[in-house]
Amino acid sequence: MAGIGIERATKVFARTTAIKGISLDIKDGEFMVLLGPSGCGKTTLLRCVAGLEHLDDGRITIGDRDVTDLAPRHRGIAMVFQSYAVFPHMTVEDNIGFGLRMHRRPKAEITRRVAEGAELLGLTNLLARYPAQLSGGQRQRVAVARALVMDAPVLLMDEPLSNLDALLRLQARADLKRLHKEVKRTTIYVTHDQVEAMSMGDRIAVMREGSIEQVGAPMEIYDRPASQFVGGFIGSPPMNFLRGSVRAGSFEGDGFAFPIARVPPKADGRGLLLGVRAEHLRIGDQGVPARISVVEPLGDHALVTALVGKTPIKVQAPIDVRATPDDDVRLAFDESKARWMDAETGAAL
Amino acid sequence: MNARVLDRTLVYGGAILLAVWVLIPLYLVAISAFTPQARLFDYPKPLVPTTFSTETMQFFLEARGVIPSVINSILVALFTIAFGLALGTPAGYALARFRFRGRQAFQVIVLATKMFPIAILSIPLAVTFLQLGLYDNLIAVALVHTAMALPFIILVTGGVFVAVSHELEEAAQTLGCSRWGAFLRVALPLALPGLAAAAIFTFVISWNEVFAATILTLRTRTLPAQVLAGLGTSPLGFKFAGGLFMAMPAVAFIFLIRRYLMNLWGSR
Repeated sequence: MAGIGIERATKVFARTTAIKGISLDIKDGEFMVLLGPSGCGKTTLLRCVAGLEHLDDGRITIGDRDVTDLAPRHRGIAMVFQSYAVFPHMTVEDNIGFGLRMHRRPKAEITRRVAEGAELLGLTNLLARYPAQLSGGQRQRVAVARALVMDAPVLLMDEPLSNLDALLRLQARADLKRLHKEVKRTTIYVTHDQVEAMSMGDRIAVMREGSIEQVGAPMEIYDRPASQFVGGFIGSPPMNFLRGSVRAGSFEGDGFAFPIARVPPKADGRGLLLGVRAEHLRIGDQGVPARISVVEPLGDHALVTALVGKTPIKVQAPIDVRATPDDDVRLAFDESKARWMDAETGAAL
Repeated sequence: MNARVLDRTLVYGGAILLAVWVLIPLYLVAISAFTPQARLFDYPKPLVPTTFSTETMQFFLEARGVIPSVINSILVALFTIAFGLALGTPAGYALARFRFRGRQAFQVIVLATKMFPIAILSIPLAVTFLQLGLYDNLIAVALVHTAMALPFIILVTGGVFVAVSHELEEAAQTLGCSRWGAFLRVALPLALPGLAAAAIFTFVISWNEVFAATILTLRTRTLPAQVLAGLGTSPLGFKFAGGLFMAMPAVAFIFLIRRYLMNLWGSR
């Protein structure tokens, strides 16, 4: 068992810097999610930890070993690829046992561990099949089993669920979470799906343009995003932002002005963003004047889009909300749950 | 007739025309090769063979120098396959896997070598080989054939390795293989059918090649060179039998590998 240390990791591709001096400590047994939009460098960082890419600067340790210059096979990692990378010319059994054979384990041990791995992932009946005869979900499980039987202290997963259909993904997500509880490997899990990140991660590192924007427990990141980017990326719908400035206890922006009690320190005069989540807004008789533009019933609640001045604001309302387009309403919110950010940098204040 | 039907009609019509263009001579050669020598000059020539005889074929195979030249041809083809794959496979792999400076240019240059007809290259080649002492020698012929087949081998193996996902090799590396081990255990087995196709096609290229073989050899003739050498003086039956004998491997192999050729040229 081993933690992972990433220090000032930098990777430069032909023209772009894919990761820019990232430092991140992952505790032994922790499930760390790297979350971010495509092109943010999360997969590159994972591949650097795997040894499939070589760092241009910085270092990576696994346990107390410096693995920066080691080949993948000497790092004590196992990896699940986005495409699963299940070997098409081998049966499920040979696929799962491949790593053990490469490490020249005794035959009896390979048989036993392949059986255990297959059992864990529900593949026992499929051992004699070839990948072409499997469904996408089954192939994904073969890839996970193949990585798990290695007993490597570190498990790396690159969007392992992104190629599954929606229903299967829910199932596989729960399965992976259960597996992690059982095997307790230190895990780095790359995804662009914030729901996956929220539901699975012990901690989430939100990445953007080759840097880590914020690291924290899922709810911490959700409740207290460190920047406009994080607030906008996490949560569905994303956090609402009103752009304006504070003058004499009033928040004023493009087409709106309303009194505000809690103002950030040194707020006067500078451009600000007020971030409020949809579920913290209520439609009623008090608060910020707004005009309803769209009402979307979603079964258990309704998603209402209201214009505050010219800014569209998403409100999570009860399904029986009385709102129709062009109604003038007021939006109330709990100021303690709102986040202030600098309009220039997007950083939370 | 709508455009779709017209389209299909044109495509299939063209295909049939091409097939007939190729098949009629082949057919005539084939029936002539199995017609007894005495009936060869019958007129009008029967389009359906009335007599079947292996006499002409036998005559060809028993003619002096034919069997040794067949063996020479097979040896040259095997050497060509060995040299060609040894040089071409790594090049194809590199084209498929690595983004290196000059990659595009390399691809074009590989193809550009095909611009020069072997007839133009033969004389300087013959001179060079003479200076090297590689003359009237199977290896010399195989080297020229390798040069002719290499562009094809490089592009085909490149296509084959592109089709083998790089992630498979990376997965093998995370599971305990070195880079070379990952290639041997994963990429190579998956590429094998395509490499076999390339090998067979190389065989056909070498088997059919006559110009370089004629220029570079005197006593150790390959089959086409041998047939060509006696072409002016040999009886008609000999020519038909030789023609069929030389065409058959090519036809058979193209049939065997047509699926791969479709994959390589049809869908890209």
